[in-house]
Amino acid sequence: MENFEPKIVGFLCNWCSYRAADLAGSARIKYPPNVRVIRVMCSGRVDPAFVLKAFSMGADGVMVAGCHPGECHYIEQNYKAMRRFYMLKQTLVAMGLEPQRFELVWASAAEGQQLAEAIERMTDNVRRLGPLRWAENWADDPQREEALQHIVKEHEEALEVIS
Amino acid sequence: MAERVGIYVCHCGSNIAGMIDVEEVARWAGQSIKDVVVSRDYKFMCSSLGQKLIEDDIREQGLTRVVVAACSPHLHEKTFRRACQNAGLNQYLCQMTNIREHVSWVSTDRQKATEKAKALVAAAAERVKHQRPLEQGFVKVNPATLVIGGGIAGLQATLELADAGYPVYLVEREPSIGGHMAQFDKTFPTLDCSACILTPKMSEVGQHENVKMFTYAEVEEVSGSVGCFKVKIRQKARHVIFEKCTGCGICVEKCPRKVVDNVFEAGMGYRKAIYTPFPQAVPRTPVIDTANCTWFTRGKCQVCSKVCPTQAIDYDQKDEIIQIEVGNIIVATGWKLFDCTRIPQYGYGRLANVFTNMEFERMCNAAGPTGGKIVLRDGKTEPRRIAIIHCVGSRDVRHNQYCSAVCCMAALKFGHLVLEKTKAEVYSFYIDMRTPMKDYEEFYQRLLEEGMHFVRGKVAEVTDAARLPDEQGSLIVQVEDTLLGTQRRIPVDMVVLMAALEPQADAKELGLKLGISCSMAGWYTERHPKLDPVATMTDGVFVAGACQGPKDIPASVAQGAAAAARVAGMITAGKVTIEPIIASIDEQKCSGCRICNNLCPYNAIEYDEEKGVSRVVAAMCKGCGTCVSACPANAITGAHFSNEQIAAELEGILWDAIADGRPASAAPDGSKAPQSTPVGAA
Ligand SMILES: Cc1cc2nc3c(=O)[nH]c(=O)nc-3n(C[C@H](O)[C@H](O)[C@H](O)COP(=O)(O)OP(=O)(O)OC[C@H]3O[C@@H](n4cnc5c(N)ncnc54)[C@H](O)[C@@H]3O)c2cc1C
Ligand code: SF4
Ligand code: SF4
Ligand code: FES
Repeated sequence: MENFEPKIVGFLCNWCSYRAADLAGSARIKYPPNVRVIRVMCSGRVDPAFVLKAFSMGADGVMVAGCHPGECHYIEQNYKAMRRFYMLKQTLVAMGLEPQRFELVWASAAEGQQLAEAIERMTDNVRRLGPLRWAENWADDPQREEALQHIVKEHEEALEVIS
Repeated sequence: MAERVGIYVCHCGSNIAGMIDVEEVARWAGQSIKDVVVSRDYKFMCSSLGQKLIEDDIREQGLTRVVVAACSPHLHEKTFRRACQNAGLNQYLCQMTNIREHVSWVSTDRQKATEKAKALVAAAAERVKHQRPLEQGFVKVNPATLVIGGGIAGLQATLELADAGYPVYLVEREPSIGGHMAQFDKTFPTLDCSACILTPKMSEVGQHENVKMFTYAEVEEVSGSVGCFKVKIRQKARHVIFEKCTGCGICVEKCPRKVVDNVFEAGMGYRKAIYTPFPQAVPRTPVIDTANCTWFTRGKCQVCSKVCPTQAIDYDQKDEIIQIEVGNIIVATGWKLFDCTRIPQYGYGRLANVFTNMEFERMCNAAGPTGGKIVLRDGKTEPRRIAIIHCVGSRDVRHNQYCSAVCCMAALKFGHLVLEKTKAEVYSFYIDMRTPMKDYEEFYQRLLEEGMHFVRGKVAEVTDAARLPDEQGSLIVQVEDTLLGTQRRIPVDMVVLMAALEPQADAKELGLKLGISCSMAGWYTERHPKLDPVATMTDGVFVAGACQGPKDIPASVAQGAAAAARVAGMITAGKVTIEPIIASIDEQKCSGCRICNNLCPYNAIEYDEEKGVSRVVAAMCKGCGTCVSACPANAITGAHFSNEQIAAELEGILWDAIADGRPASAAPDGSKAPQSTPVGAA
């Protein structure tokens, strides 16, 4: 465990956060190499399925980063990303995922330093938690089964309210 | 048929090679990633030789996909796309991955940096195999332009374009063009008369053969996109027939109903129920204020209709919706004044002789309600001492954090006018004196010499509660003089509050119609704060003047001209390129749930009632992809960022975790992964 280096997938929006990472580079700010970046046009493009997929493929953490609220290149799509993020996070936490493994970060194109700090913080947190081993660990936790059923029930109730 | 992928790892001199074992990355990629037929490292990929390397390989090795691992795509994506295009490969089949800014420059451990670079290269390689050729579209640019807001910024933009021979539609909300500048007496720092420099521009716009003006009108709806916007304008009912009115003004003269003018006269004067805001208004056609006209409120009067020599009055006139088509839009909607009653301790609205800056402007104006005389609220007493308080609602965390940029200079202008017109003593209470533009500091020096008093400190309170005999009947300004380090109470007769410039109340709403965003403070956001100050993130929509942030007249004029130049450039080019990165909906899969419909900030998704499916209007979609990730039926595809492409990217980026079998259990040590299992082989 001592040498454990978490693998974190970072979904960065093209206009702010990806540029923040570019800026961190140009400014030669050093941060841990654990976050691997996937560029999306907007944080609103991050499909919950991408996050689940990343965890199931062996990611120990997932970071979503976008422009500050009110500054999205597409006007307000990061608000939609935010709503989705909290819903998904709640679900994942209910299923037993440690909250530190899934983070939302706002970083403007000028905030290379802030992004680097966020990456550092998240890497430290996840390193402390250890490997996720989601697929393996899934089966041996009876609480998860319960949580899963609870979520399915909530979902059905929500659907009833909508219809 | 399998794709033939070429991988190019750049050294960038020692910028990348100094921290990443680029040879190892290239070697590894060539061996371990499926479908890779060429994998090279090279000193400078962006050099012409580096580009030629790619071009030759495409031609000779029949590459169908290209990955360049180098610097940020924001720097060189275009370069490598062009190289591919030159060799006959569609440019969207080239993928860049950033191993400089995102890896070598931020890392300290060579081995770990190399591992990270491998993961990024694998991700790009997996992704690129799923990329599809895309074609950039073109739209013709309609040479007509819409300018919203007829303040000085909008007027400048209008004239520049009209003089260049292009048609302009100018939409102004008030009955006349002119904006705030029309209300001023003098303008700092030169003290030239505002009307003298503004009104010629106004009449030029009013008479220009290339300008179609809509005053007392607003933008109702905007659709379409750069090159061909469709705009609906609401022409509010004037109740005066524009074509018949000669602007003689007899109706205004005879109208028996007087109303306090809260707009142009800032509440300091009166107008009639039928009115033009000021004598030099353009156009001269008046409007009837139906909320105050006695015919509309009580069914009595009709004097105006009786006296009008051309029968231009029409009480039954209705709002009209006018449709126009334009290629570009310039937004120049300016600012509104901070509401001083929000700072009750300054007494505005409660203490009669506390004035706002705009009230004071009107008072100084020879054509204003007092004929240019500086007098107390009673209309006759000349004040003996006047306090001017800076930063009212600006530089204040409770209201607006920003500096309103013009108030210090306007306060100095007021100081000068007071000293010129009266015998009063005048005090400026400032936090910092901000005079950075051309000739501004000189103007400050001039006021120091003219004898204006300056007290540095934020005023705590303005009160009429006297404590000392000589404070009786005065307004007392309570302030900590931070230069003397003492509390002071300064009795005055009149207080002028330098209220902040704020974004228009409907700035956000109009921004939504146009697809442009506002900053936290509410000003329109430019594309780049330094390098692209008048463009916005929406192609074909430009901003100018104070709607983008507080600024003075010279800066507003400069922006108006700059925006016009940008538009003229677009018109001359004749066509614009349209990025093909947009969403599309598969009608077969769409269930018609309409979840996506409200998600699009550009209203690019329309619903086909007949077929019961949604559809993306390609010209309006900006490609954010939010709808793609929301569709429960997976019916929406985001070109160049499809689910398959991102899933493949994930597979590449986590290749070592996947190859480890046991997810993420060991250090990311590439050598441990079985080399015989190529990434993406599964
Ligand atoms: C007290 C005071 C004194 C000043 N004195 C000076 C000075 O001496 N020298 C100087 O350089 N600067 C001065 N300024 C600054 C000056 O007012 C601004 O620089 C200038 O007004 C900016 O021009 P603009 O065209 O951007 O905006 P504005 O003058 O605000 O014009 C905007 C126009 O757009 C219209 N509009 C708004 N919304 C809409 C809409 N939705 N649809 C259609 N039309 C719309 C408005 O009715 C208005 O006509 C002063 C400011 C203050 C507060
Ligand atoms: S969200 Fe998907 S299924 Fe629903 S209307 Fe939009 S495209 Fe159709
Ligand atoms: S991708 Fe974004 S801009 Fe395009 S239709 Fe979907 S939500 Fe609208
Ligand atoms: S573009 Fe950055 S969050 Fe939308």
